Amino acid sequence: MRGMHKRFGAVAANADVDFAVRAGSLHGLIGENGAGKSTLMSVLYGLYQADRGQIEVFGQTVAIRRPDDAIALGIGMVHQHFMLVETLSALDNIMLGAEGHWRLRKAQAQVRPALDALMQQTGLHLNLNALVCDLPVGDRQRLEILKTLFRGARILVLDEPTAVLTPPETEQLFVVLRTLRSQGTTVILITHKLKEVMRLCDTVTVMRAGRVVQEMPIDQADVDVLAHAMVGRKVQLGRAAGAAKPAGPVLLRAQGLAWSDAARVRQVDGVSLDLRAGQITGLAGVSGNGQTPLLELLSGLRAPQAGSLDLVGQRFDAAQWLEPQTARHLGLAHVPEDRHARALVMEFEAWESAVLGYEATPAYSQRGWMRHRPMQAATAQLMAQFDVQPRNPHLRSSRFSGGNQQKLVLARELNQAPRVLLVGQPTRGVDIGAIEFIHGRLRALREAGCAILLVSSELDEILALSDRVLVMLQGRLVGDLDVAECTELALGRLMSGGTP
Amino acid sequence: MSAAPALPVWADRVLLPLVCLAVALGCAGAVVLLVGQSPVQVMGVLLDGAFGSPRGMCYVLYYATTFVFTGLAVAVAFHGGLFNIGGEGQAVVGGLATGLVALWLSPYVPAWVMLPLMVAAGALGGALWAAVPGYLQAYRGSHIVITTIMFNFIAASVLVYVMVNHVRAPGSMAIESAAFAPSAVLPSIQTALGWFGVDWVGSPLNLSFFLAIAASVGVYLFLWHSRSGYRLRVVGASPGAAQYAGIRVQRHVLVGMAMSGALAGLVGMNEISGVSGRLLLEFVSGAGFTGIGVALMGRNHPVGIVLASLLFGALFQGGAEVSFEVPGFGRDMVVMLQGFIVLFSGAMTYVIAPWLARGLAGLAWLAQRLQPAKDQERSGG
Repeated sequence: MRGMHKRFGAVAANADVDFAVRAGSLHGLIGENGAGKSTLMSVLYGLYQADRGQIEVFGQTVAIRRPDDAIALGIGMVHQHFMLVETLSALDNIMLGAEGHWRLRKAQAQVRPALDALMQQTGLHLNLNALVCDLPVGDRQRLEILKTLFRGARILVLDEPTAVLTPPETEQLFVVLRTLRSQGTTVILITHKLKEVMRLCDTVTVMRAGRVVQEMPIDQADVDVLAHAMVGRKVQLGRAAGAAKPAGPVLLRAQGLAWSDAARVRQVDGVSLDLRAGQITGLAGVSGNGQTPLLELLSGLRAPQAGSLDLVGQRFDAAQWLEPQTARHLGLAHVPEDRHARALVMEFEAWESAVLGYEATPAYSQRGWMRHRPMQAATAQLMAQFDVQPRNPHLRSSRFSGGNQQKLVLARELNQAPRVLLVGQPTRGVDIGAIEFIHGRLRALREAGCAILLVSSELDEILALSDRVLVMLQGRLVGDLDVAECTELALGRLMSGGTP
Repeated sequence: MSAAPALPVWADRVLLPLVCLAVALGCAGAVVLLVGQSPVQVMGVLLDGAFGSPRGMCYVLYYATTFVFTGLAVAVAFHGGLFNIGGEGQAVVGGLATGLVALWLSPYVPAWVMLPLMVAAGALGGALWAAVPGYLQAYRGSHIVITTIMFNFIAASVLVYVMVNHVRAPGSMAIESAAFAPSAVLPSIQTALGWFGVDWVGSPLNLSFFLAIAASVGVYLFLWHSRSGYRLRVVGASPGAAQYAGIRVQRHVLVGMAMSGALAGLVGMNEISGVSGRLLLEFVSGAGFTGIGVALMGRNHPVGIVLASLLFGALFQGGAEVSFEVPGFGRDMVVMLQGFIVLFSGAMTYVIAPWLARGLAGLAWLAQRLQPAKDQERSGG
C-alpha cells in the first residue's frame, strides 16, 4: 500500500501511509487507539475507500471497492467483533453466501470433506455441527479464521484477535497462526500488546497519529523501542506547574468492585480506589478494559455483583447500590463517555437537554410542572459561561458540534458545584480549542476542592491533568503511580500488560 | 445516495402533510377513474356531504371526537417510545366500564355525579387494559406491539361475553343493553344549544366534543409542561439518557401506557353516553386503528391530531354521502382513500420528505440564479 490517505471530516486517519508486507510472513501492526491501524486495514478490505493511494496485492495494482473485491483477491479479515449468525451451526456459517447447491443437504455434503481437510491441515479444530451461540469465544474466532481460509484467503488480517481470549486460548491461536505461516499464508496482526508482537511476528510496523513512524524486523526491536515509538513524544497540553497541593480527605472510596456482563465475562474485577478532594485521578488504559463499566458502577448506572462504595459519608453495598438521583443529591456529577446515547437527548432543544437529570430541582420545576422560562434563562447563562456556540438555547442538541455539545454537558454538571466528578473521555471528538477550555475548567474545579476521576484513552490528557494515575487492564487496576514518577513509556507498558 | 438537505420547519409542519394528502388524493382519484367513475364528481359529493350543510359538519365533528381520543392515545404512547396498537381494545374495555357503571348507578344518581363517574370509569378501564401490556413490556420484555394486538382480540371477546350473558335486556333478541336512565346520557349539541334558546339541527354531535378538546389541551400540557411528561419524552427519545438522568424507565413505560389507554377509554363517552344511550357491540368499530393514522398524520402533536381527526371525520361523513349518492360506489372506496392517506402520511412521508427538500432547495437555487439576472436587466434597462 503506497501513499494511502484517508480523512474523516477534519481528521486525517491515514496520512501518506506506506505499508508493505512480505508474502508468507507474520506482520504486526501496532499503535495507540486512533493511530489509524484499523482504518488502514479497512481500506485494504474495501470497507472504506482511500482518498488517495495505491494498493498492490501479489505484485498487481488493484482497485478494492467492496469487501467482495478483497475476498476475490484472497484477502480475509477477522474483525474484533465477530460477524457470525449465532443461531446457525458452525458449518452453515462457513457456507453462508457461498453455498454450492440450492439444496442445503447437498451443499453441506460438498463443503464438509473440504473443511475436514482444511481443519486437518491448519489445526483449526472445532465441532462443525454445534450452534455458534453454544461455542466459546475461542472457537468462534477459529470459526472466523476457518471461514476466511475456506473462501481462499491467502492474506489474513486479524484485528485485536486476543482482546477477547483467555491466555490458553491465546496460546492456541498463536500455534494456529504459526502453522498458517509455515503453509504460506500471510498474516497481518493488529494489536497494541507489545509482548505478543515480540513473541509471534517477523516484522513490525508502528503507527502513530495516522502515520507510519517505524518499521523493523522483530530481531532488531524490543518492547522499550516499540513502546516509545507507539506513544512518542507528543506536545503536552501544558501540565499545570506547581499544582500538586496536598490532597484533601477521601470523598469517594470503592472497595472490591466486581461486575460481570450477561455473558459472564468479568468486566470489572476487584477494583478498589480512593478519590480525594482537590485531586485529579487519571484512569489510563486501552479502551475496552473495563473503564466504561467502572464509570457506570461509580455513578450508579449499574449495580455491581460485589463490592462497596463510600460516597461523602454514605455507604452503599452490592445489595443496596447507589441510584443516579441519589448520587446527584450527594454531589456526585458524571460526564458520561457517550454523549450521544447518555448525556444529551439529541432530538431535544438545548434547553431541554441542559436540565437533564436536574429536572426536579426547584429552579426548574415546581409541583410537577416544568418552568420553561427559568430553564431557558439558565441554559443561556450556562452557554455564556462555557462559551457554547451557537449561543442559542432553542437549537436542537444534535445540531451542535461535538466540542460544543461536550461544553454544554460540562456546564450542566459543573453548574451544581459537585464534590465528586466522574469524567469519561472529556475531549473525545473535540477540537483543540475546546480541549484547552475543558482542561482549564477541570483544573479550576480541582482547585475548588472537587475530587475528580478522569477516564481517558489519551495518555497526553491523563498526564496533562492528573495528580495520580491508575492503569486499568482486563478489568483490574494494574498500576497506581504519582504523576511525578509517570512516564508515557511506563504507562504504555503497564497498559499493554508489562511492568513499568 | 447523497443526503437530502434538511426541510425548513414550516415546510415540515405544513407543506409536507399537505403534499402527502395531495398525493393520497391523487392515487385515490386514479383508482376512482379505473372503476369508471369521475373523480371530480366523487370529490364534489364528498366535500358537499361533509361541509355543505350544518348537519354534515356536525357529523364531521362527531366522528372527529372519537378520532381525537384514539389519536391522542397513540401519540402519548409514541412519545414514550411505545407503539400502542391496542387503542381499539382499550376503547372497548373503557366503553364497557362506562356502560356498566351507567347501567348500575344511573337510576339512582343525578347527572352531575353520574357523568364524571362514567368518564372516570372509561379512563380507568382503558388505562388498566393498556397497563397490562405496559407491565409485560417494562418488566417482562414482551413486545408491546404483539401484546396490544392480542389484547384487542381479548377485549372484543370479553365485550361479547359480557353483552350476551349478562347485559342483554331480558326477552330481547338484539345484543344490546337496556337504555340508561337519563342521568347517564350526555346531552347532544342540539339539546345544549336549546338551553340557550338556539335552534340547531339534530345530529349525534354531543358534549363529549368538548371533552376531546380538553383532552387535547391536557395532553399538550402533560407532554410539554409537566415533569412527568418531560421524563416520558426522555424515555422515548433516549432510554440511555433516561437511565443516566436517574429516570425510572420501566415506571414511565407503565405511566405512558396507562395514560394512552385512559385516552382511548374515553371513546365510550362519545359513542355510548353521547349517542346510543345504551351498551352496544359495535361502538368502537375500528376507531382505535384509525387513531394510528390520525396520530401519524398529526405528527403526534395535539394540534395536528385535532386537524387530522377533522380530515378523517370529513372522509367518514363525506364517504357515507358518496356511497348514497354515487351508484356503484361503496363505503369500501372510502376505506381505500383512508388507506392511501395513512400510507402516504405515515410510511411514505420519509420517501416524500427528501424529494420535497430537494425540490425546495432547487427552487431556492433557481431564485438565486434568476435574481442577479433580473438585477442586470434592470440596470441595463
